[in-house]
Amino acid sequence: MKEHAQKAAEFIRNESRTDWHDEALWFVRSKRDKASHSIGEWEQLRELASQVKDNVLSNLDGYLEQFEANARRNGVQVHWAADAEEHNRIVYGILEKHQARNLVKSKSMLTEECHLNEYLIKRGIEVVDTDLGERIIQLKEEPPSHIVMPAIHLKKEEVGELFHEKLHTEKGASDPKYLTEAARQHLRQKFLAAGAAITGVNFAIAETGGVVVCTNEGNADMGVHLAPVQIHCMGIEKILPKAEHLGIFTRLLARSATGQPITIYTSHYHRPKAGGEMHIVIVDNGRTAQLGRAAFRNSLKCIRCGACMNTCPIYRRSGGHSYGYTIPGPIGSILTPGIDLKKYSGLPFASTLCGSCSDVCPVKIDIHEQLYRWRQIIAEEGHLPTDKRQSMKWAGRVLSKPAWYNVIGKLTRWAMMRLPRPFLYNRLNEWGKDRELPEPPKESFGEWYRKREKS
Amino acid sequence: MSKNKILTAIRNNKPSGAPLPDIPLFREADTAPVEAFSAMVETGGGRIVQVSGLSELNTMLPKLFPGAERIASLIPEVDSNVALEQVQSPAELETVDVAVIRGQLGVAENGAVWVTEEDCGHRVLPFITQHLILLLNEDDIVSDMHQAYRQIPIDQSGFGLFIAGPSKTADIEQSLVIGAQGARSLTIFLGTRA
Repeated sequence: MKEHAQKAAEFIRNESRTDWHDEALWFVRSKRDKASHSIGEWEQLRELASQVKDNVLSNLDGYLEQFEANARRNGVQVHWAADAEEHNRIVYGILEKHQARNLVKSKSMLTEECHLNEYLIKRGIEVVDTDLGERIIQLKEEPPSHIVMPAIHLKKEEVGELFHEKLHTEKGASDPKYLTEAARQHLRQKFLAAGAAITGVNFAIAETGGVVVCTNEGNADMGVHLAPVQIHCMGIEKILPKAEHLGIFTRLLARSATGQPITIYTSHYHRPKAGGEMHIVIVDNGRTAQLGRAAFRNSLKCIRCGACMNTCPIYRRSGGHSYGYTIPGPIGSILTPGIDLKKYSGLPFASTLCGSCSDVCPVKIDIHEQLYRWRQIIAEEGHLPTDKRQSMKWAGRVLSKPAWYNVIGKLTRWAMMRLPRPFLYNRLNEWGKDRELPEPPKESFGEWYRKREKS
Repeated sequence: MSKNKILTAIRNNKPSGAPLPDIPLFREADTAPVEAFSAMVETGGGRIVQVSGLSELNTMLPKLFPGAERIASLIPEVDSNVALEQVQSPAELETVDVAVIRGQLGVAENGAVWVTEEDCGHRVLPFITQHLILLLNEDDIVSDMHQAYRQIPIDQSGFGLFIAGPSKTADIEQSLVIGAQGARSLTIFLGTRA
């Protein structure tokens, strides 16, 4: 896999597009600020949300059993999947049983994580993503680049071109209103023909045995209520103990995600429709392992609002695809090393450790501290690239011996003043790739201090 | 069994018990919940129509939706020409122009209205209709989501939801477009019980 830094370098080659991407996300971050500042008790809500999630993680087994028992009492069929493969097999089994060949899906990062679409398409199922952003990238055969705004990396002209090719809209038309209307007409036909509908889950309530799904487009409900079979796929960490906790989380989610006071639709599914079937698939896929990592288990509190991406200076200027995982950005960079330390060893370094992600996180995940901790582990396990490993080794030696430090400092100042440019700016100087080295001082602080003491 | 495997893994890996915090009731009541509610609905792209009595709804409706032919009403005072009880498949509702549904409770902080499947006749109706009208009593507006969840037994109905505006999307270049997959407009008829 290409390193994040390499893919980011490709992304920023187009400077105006990088600026456009950066500004689009910063605009969302600004909306989030405005919405959160309008709530006097915002910080208290974040603290409460974090505490509720602490309680959930420490009683997760009990809550899941309670949730399952209540859901069954509601007439819901509950399935458990240890990994992605089992999840996909269960979903396919349900579709098989009902001879459902056409499936409509609303946004679910879990099914992306499990690569459900590919699995089902290979077995002859038509899978249609119904969130507009997801439909766009599905037609473009790309993964999402953001968890809330999957097509944030595309320009309207590109969407227009794509829709012209796939949905036969007018050539050159790029008005978002026109394109959205075309998608509406196209998706209505898919909803009406669907044999089953899949949604993700925002919250699962242990006390009532129901699930809550939040959308702005209404696509989850169009699918669920028109198709005879509804399937909700959830990670084990989506549990909330009681209905009253929804008060906290629905107030935080949309404000953090897009700056809206609440999503347009907040749907509570508890029982199957008359004559229909309702299934819930509870998925582990590495989550229990993350629960066992004390320094990293807080990442399981995530409610997938995307605020950490919108605020991240690296994400905004490198794009979601540079991370090479379903969930990009700061939260993706602390989830992925637990999945495959070697493969994703570059991601915890895709950060300035500025801490903005932790500041905006609605459940107070210590994201930037976890990034730092993953770096330690990646170094200890020997997954640092050679240049980084060597430079760290030498820096460690020099910084631990004052005499060496003084000599090297002197040499460096001399070199920077005297040596011709190619000696200073070459492939060994990562810093100097796009930047000028600072003006070297004439003397070190130590030299200056001693001189000052004497006089 | 994957269930046992998952539960065992959780028991081995989970942290020690953290208490569940008490959720305070952040405010007793707003001084002007109706004004706050109306402002939030309009921010969310909906429109508020003040009504003084149910009897005037039938005359208002054609004025608000001049071209509407198929009206599905769940309110006895509003004439319906879609026989909801005779609908065999929810797909038949695709041609509904306007749906009129009673909302149970409004939330001032975000303009959301709680509706259940019993209020809707069919679960898909508030989404599949081109235009949605919700009827809400001013006395049924609470301040925030904490108060709302204290009043709503969320599992009493098989399906219930908060609706806070017309269906919308900003998935193409962050341009807000009203009328994504669900209803193209939301009108809230706000009245008093008297």
